Order: sequence, then C-alpha cells, then structure tokens
Amino acid sequence: MDYKNIQTICPYCGCGCALNLEVIDGEIVGVLPANDHPVSQGSLCIKGWNAHAFVGHEDRLKKPLIRKNGQLEEVSWNEALKLVAKNLGSIQKKHGADSIGVLTSAKCTNEENYLLQKFARAVIGTNNVDHCARL
Amino acid sequence: MITEIRDKVAEQLEKLDGIVALRSTEDGAAPYLFQQGDNLEELVMNPRYPLSKTASKLQKRFKDAKLGVVARGCDVRALVEMAKRNQIDPDRLVVIGVTCTSEEAEFCFCAEPAPNLDQWSGSTLIGEPVPGAPPNPIVAEYAQIPYAERWAFWKAQFTKCHKCFGCRDICPVCFCEACALEDPLWVEPGLLAPDFPMYHLIKAQHMTTRCVGCRQCEMACPADIPLTVLYDLVRQDVAELIGYVPGADINEMPPFTLTLADAAIESDLVY
Ligand code: SF4
Ligand code: SF4
Repeated sequence: MDYKNIQTICPYCGCGCALNLEVIDGEIVGVLPANDHPVSQGSLCIKGWNAHAFVGHEDRLKKPLIRKNGQLEEVSWNEALKLVAKNLGSIQKKHGADSIGVLTSAKCTNEENYLLQKFARAVIGTNNVDHCARL
Repeated sequence: MITEIRDKVAEQLEKLDGIVALRSTEDGAAPYLFQQGDNLEELVMNPRYPLSKTASKLQKRFKDAKLGVVARGCDVRALVEMAKRNQIDPDRLVVIGVTCTSEEAEFCFCAEPAPNLDQWSGSTLIGEPVPGAPPNPIVAEYAQIPYAERWAFWKAQFTKCHKCFGCRDICPVCFCEACALEDPLWVEPGLLAPDFPMYHLIKAQHMTTRCVGCRQCEMACPADIPLTVLYDLVRQDVAELIGYVPGADINEMPPFTLTLADAAIESDLVY
C-alpha cells in the first residue's frame, strides 16, 4: 500500500508548469497541480491536468513500426532509422532540401531540440523547422 | 502546533494502516500516505490540498484499509458530504482535525475554520478554534447589485474561462465518473470560452447542497475567476430556502437525493 506524488514538469508545451503525478502502488493514476511552484502556482491547463493519461495508455507505441506488405510490423530502432535515413536522402536528392520539413517537440529537452534544428540546417540543408506547440 | 500534529500522527499510525497528509520534499509539498517508519518531520500543513479527495481515492483502492486523514474544517465538511454520497466510508476513517488561523480563515472567507468532529469517532482536534471570518465582500453586497450589472460581471469573468476543468478536478465533492460538463448535449465541445452561462451554471447547480466553501476551485483556476462567489450565493439560498447546510450533519441526507420509495409516496402521477 503506497501513495505518493512525484513532482515533474508538464511535457506538453514550453511554459514549464510543474505538476504532481499521483502514484498508487507504482501506477500513475492522476495529476494534481503543484501549489507552491513559482511558474504554475497551483494551476494547470486541460493538457496538464491530463498529462498522465498517455503514460500507460494501450495505444502508446513502444517500438518503431514499419509498414511491410500493408501491415505494420515491429522492428528494431536500427532498422527504422536506416529506412528513414535512406528515404530522407532520396527525397532530398530528387526534390531538394526544402522539400523536407522538420517538426520538433515541446516534449523534448532544449538540447534535443537544438540537435534537431542542427540536423535540419546542417545535415538536410533546410530552414523548414517548426514545433508541435504551433500545430 | 505542527509538532503536536506529527506526534498525534505517530501515535495513530500504531493503530492505522496509513494517514493522508501533506508531505514536503525538496520539490514542494503534496498529498502523501504516511505509514509507520516514514519521516514525520516531512509532514506539513501548507499549501492546502483537498486531502478529503485523496482519502476517498485511497479508500476506494484499499478496501480493507483503516486510514486516517489530517483535515482542516473544510476537509471535514467535504468528508461529510462525500460520506453521504458513498464516496467515504466513515467507519474506516479516523480524522485528525486541525484548526485554521484567523489569517487563513480571512483569506478563505471561511465561516467555520475549526473542524467539527462530533460525528467522527476516534477523532482528535488539534489547535485553538478561532471565530469565523466575514464573507467575501462581493457576496455580502450582492443583493444590492442591479441584475444588469450582475450579468455583465459574470459575463466578463466567464469569458476568461479556458475550460481546463481544473475547478472540477480539484473539487473534493466532484466525483462523478460521467460529468455533464463533458456531455456534448449540454456543453458544446471545442468552444472557448465555453458557452456562457451554461457551463458554469451546470457546475454551480451541481454544487447546490454540496459545496463546502473550501476555495480549492478558485485557487486552481488559471483565469482567477471568483467561482466561490457564485457557490457561496447558492449555498446561502439553499440555507435560507430549505435549511440545508453542506458539511454540517452526516446523518441529514441531501435534499436532492430521493429514493424510489419516497417518490412513490409523494407522487400523484397516474401511470
Ligand atoms: S469551494 Fe470549490 S472546490 Fe471547494 S467544494 Fe466548493 S466548488 Fe468544490
Ligand atoms: S478552473 Fe477556471 S479556467 Fe478552468 S474550467 Fe474552471 S473556471 Fe474555467
């Protein structure tokens, strides 16, 4: 029998609201606002209030999938990345670098987002960079 | 006072399976289930959370557990309303009641800042009860405000709402699994601000005979909407019209709860 709250930062946008994940016996069951946090001051938006919902959701992807013969199949990260690299390379060659856009995410760290824009500009050669908070 | 609370919790933990209270860690304070062996130096009283709601959640999850809860006046009133609606089992709950200070009562416009533990067996009160604080000035003067101004006031307030459902999610006496606020029949999905005044009147109407004035909704509202002005007014009307005071008496059933047997007696309808 165990109930605690674990404070973390909301994964959904760049505001940085703190929230508490309510955990019963190791299972995340809900969210509470962080009442003494200087950024969110005990409030959350609808996304923050539901930030726990995807963690254990049955639809959540746990492995990369590649469609083979019309069927999605679980594959290794290596195989998935190879396919992405190969296809991005051929699109870039055929249609030019600006035919590719890169969408980053507020769910990533600053450093991960930095890497992705670097990848877009220095590797692919495009300034087409945007992020999920504007979708 | 905090030492007295911690000592009481330590004493009760020898008899109970766990006690719901606030625990402060380096991240901040949040509800926690204290058990024997936990560091009670981490038990604190602020900032406020609806611990009655946590107690209900844990009672439902741990059906045989005998739990305790450290509760302020509003928490106890909420426990009473929840017990009437089968969301709390009073026989499996021991209350460690803690009085609020005059400053806390004033901040909350709380008329009853000391927990009433008469109906909670095995419970203890810690702290000196202070007198109730005056009501919110808007509530006190509301009767003098012309209707058109009232309408304009609420319209301006509710236009700020961005429908986070936080006021519902934090509320200790909101517990329905299917909520009318999420039913497209009543509230159009995807509309921001939500329909005025439908969304907020549904919430206010559902708080009739339930709202215990804990102010948690108002503190959670990112738009600073004075929600409890509305709920305080509703509570006043209910007290005046039918004499029902939420949180006062665990044995008095809420007036809107009627059984089929009552309905049969009262009804003149021909079927
Ligand atoms: S004050 Fe707000 S949170 Fe508290 S019982 Fe009333 S409606 Fe619920
Ligand atoms: S907490 Fe405030 S913003 Fe959120 S739904 Fe309630 S009234 Fe609207």
